[in-house]
Amino acid sequence: MDMLAGKIKTTSQNLDSAMNPTDMLDRQIRLTARDVTVHYGTKQALHGISIDIPDRAVTAFIGPSGCGKSTFLRCINRMNDTIEGAKVGGTIKLDGEDIYSPDLDVVELRARIGMVFQKPNPFPKSIYDNVAYGPRIHGLARNKSDLDEIVVSSLRKAGLFEEVKDRLQEPGTGLSGGQQQRLCIARAIAVGPEVILMDEPCSALDPIATAVIEELIDELRENYTIVIVTHSMQQAARVSQRTAFFHLGHLIEQGPTEDIFTNPVNKQTQDYIMGRIG
Amino acid sequence: MATDIASPASRSASSERTRAIRAGLVRRHATEQIFRGLGIAAIAVALGFVAILFIDVFRKGIPAFVQSNVHLSVFFDPELIDVDPAPARDQFPSDAEYTAASLKWQRSVALLNWNTIVEASLRKAAPEAGDMTAREILSIPETDARHEIREMFVANPSLLGQTVDVDVLASANAQNWIKGNIDRSLGDKQQQLSAPARALIDTFVENGTISNGFAWSILTNVDSRSAPASAGLLGAFVGTLWMMLIVVVLAVPIGVAAAIYLEEFAPKSRLTDLIEVNINNLAAVPSIVFGLLGAAVFINWFHLPISAPLVGGLVLTLLTLPTIIIATRGALLGVSPALRQAALGMGASKTQMVFHHVLPVTFPSILTATILGVAHALGETAPLLLIGMKAFVASVPATPLDQAAALPVQIYLWQGNENRNFFEPRTAAAIMVLLGVMILLNGAAIYLRSRLEKRA
Ligand SMILES: Nc1ncnc2c1ncn2[C@@H]1O[C@H](COP(=O)(O)OP(=O)(O)OP(=O)(O)O)[C@@H](O)[C@H]1O
Ligand SMILES: [Mg+2]
Repeated sequence: MDMLAGKIKTTSQNLDSAMNPTDMLDRQIRLTARDVTVHYGTKQALHGISIDIPDRAVTAFIGPSGCGKSTFLRCINRMNDTIEGAKVGGTIKLDGEDIYSPDLDVVELRARIGMVFQKPNPFPKSIYDNVAYGPRIHGLARNKSDLDEIVVSSLRKAGLFEEVKDRLQEPGTGLSGGQQQRLCIARAIAVGPEVILMDEPCSALDPIATAVIEELIDELRENYTIVIVTHSMQQAARVSQRTAFFHLGHLIEQGPTEDIFTNPVNKQTQDYIMGRIG
Repeated sequence: MATDIASPASRSASSERTRAIRAGLVRRHATEQIFRGLGIAAIAVALGFVAILFIDVFRKGIPAFVQSNVHLSVFFDPELIDVDPAPARDQFPSDAEYTAASLKWQRSVALLNWNTIVEASLRKAAPEAGDMTAREILSIPETDARHEIREMFVANPSLLGQTVDVDVLASANAQNWIKGNIDRSLGDKQQQLSAPARALIDTFVENGTISNGFAWSILTNVDSRSAPASAGLLGAFVGTLWMMLIVVVLAVPIGVAAAIYLEEFAPKSRLTDLIEVNINNLAAVPSIVFGLLGAAVFINWFHLPISAPLVGGLVLTLLTLPTIIIATRGALLGVSPALRQAALGMGASKTQMVFHHVLPVTFPSILTATILGVAHALGETAPLLLIGMKAFVASVPATPLDQAAALPVQIYLWQGNENRNFFEPRTAAAIMVLLGVMILLNGAAIYLRSRLEKRA
């Protein structure tokens, strides 16, 4: 293991040097998925996905376009419920609790598992109201000053506060793309989720905005379980501790990020990482 | 690669390509020009028709807003007004007895021939009318002049023996003559007024006994058959207001709620598909069919009164519902999925998503669609004819259950009046009022939309 970690450092300067070289699965497991299948109508999009996602770490989903990364991500906070004709099978547990059990309220689930989308999608409301929305609907603030505090601290955590502190009442849609995406992250953080799902959060952003978000993800890792879908191998290597490779609806390989990138077991994984498929 | 492009062979190939693109460009520009031209022509034709409509309506209608008044000095002649003195309250022990007595007195006043007073006032104004018959003289003021003078007396019995200046309307025929609505060169047989009466009118106009003023009566009077010159739109206007109120109160919430349910909550099933098809078909059903339905359901079944704005409002509600539902669904459909996902992803329930996010962004479009739907209902005539709103009603409906006319129906009725010379301009004036209300509504739609969009 130590040797492997050393290898990675030589290949990728950006790899998190503070990373624990031992298998992340030593950490507490937050999410477990077993045999998850998804059908869109008659078309099967996911075939028996089983994966464990550890606490306080970033797990990256990679794979060619259309392989089912977003579909699996949406299973985790049950966003697939909102898609006409989508059927989910298998089990997914958050802290041992089945999230598809009929006793579980999806509204509560989505408060515990936040989501950031590919294209920044702030509400057409003020910056303040964007961040305050979640706490308001979930009744997390007892009064106005509570709410103010949540808004400010969420914006701080998302690294946006300094840039917007003078214009909290201006529309969130008036920010730049990168700022909008950080606003969406602040909005997700504001309800105090345990898990944050990010579906290609940087694909609409320029390299500088991307770097800011990646740094932010790295900071957030200390307090949240993060799952990120990305098309950028470098990004996966830079921000994640574990990586899962999807292909044609199957989970081909998963493991510590450095293993996947330096020593993939599977031929398909190897081909994808080398840029031969995708 | 670079050398390849520079080679003579490839250079000629590339100039070939440029030529081909250029040849195509000419054609593309030509096509664009043609479509531009067609578009401009289409708009010009449409605007032309609108302009013709407006010019025609205004040209005809504006004169109707001028009315000729006859200034009389009325002598409340005690010889002609031969009644007991009006009862006073202190002559009677109780209120009931006093009321009975004063009603009896009013009846006796009504039995007098007040036309003799009108006639006497006119003769006083025109000594040259000496040998004209009473009939000829009374063809100059409108027939309700006598009521006006009688009402003055009833309200103030102490006028007996006094002379008071009163303005009364000139009759419709007299106004036709004054305004030139009737060809002055026509022979006696084709004229509505006798030759001496026409001459007298001209004299009155010259000496100022008859003068023109703004015809407030069109806006403040109710319809009238016996006194066409005083026929006004107030009854129809209030009838229309009642109906619009009912449409706004019923069609808007029901339509918007139905659209929200169908678009946001209803499961996609064969039933909802069927409902959708039916709503689209309903929007295309001729409005007269809604009138038949209204007559059958509201009048025959529910025994609601005939000619009532309530029934009219219900029928117009049915008529507007599909329009509002379709427009609202269109607006909801246009909301970006990203916004919905953002809301749901935050843990908003479906209802919260709709009411916190989807409705606020679609509100301006829903509002405009609704106002336009209501404006459309405002002009509907056919269904109202079938539920009895074409009856002649000479009163202002105090409640939606009273008999009433409606603006478009009033236009239809006036258009059919036998005194064409007088009612053609009046009809145009009524159309102007209707158009005015519609322009007001559409203007409100545009104003609200732009304001709300600026705020969003
Ligand atoms: N709403 C949907 N209805 C039907 N099929 C869908 C739907 N969403 C995704 N699919 C199908 O499911 C498969 C997986 O799609 P998914 O969006 O999960 O892929 P992805 O890995 O996220 O791709 P990308 O990298 O391009 O975002 C694809 O074949 C896609 O066509
Ligand atoms: Mg995707």
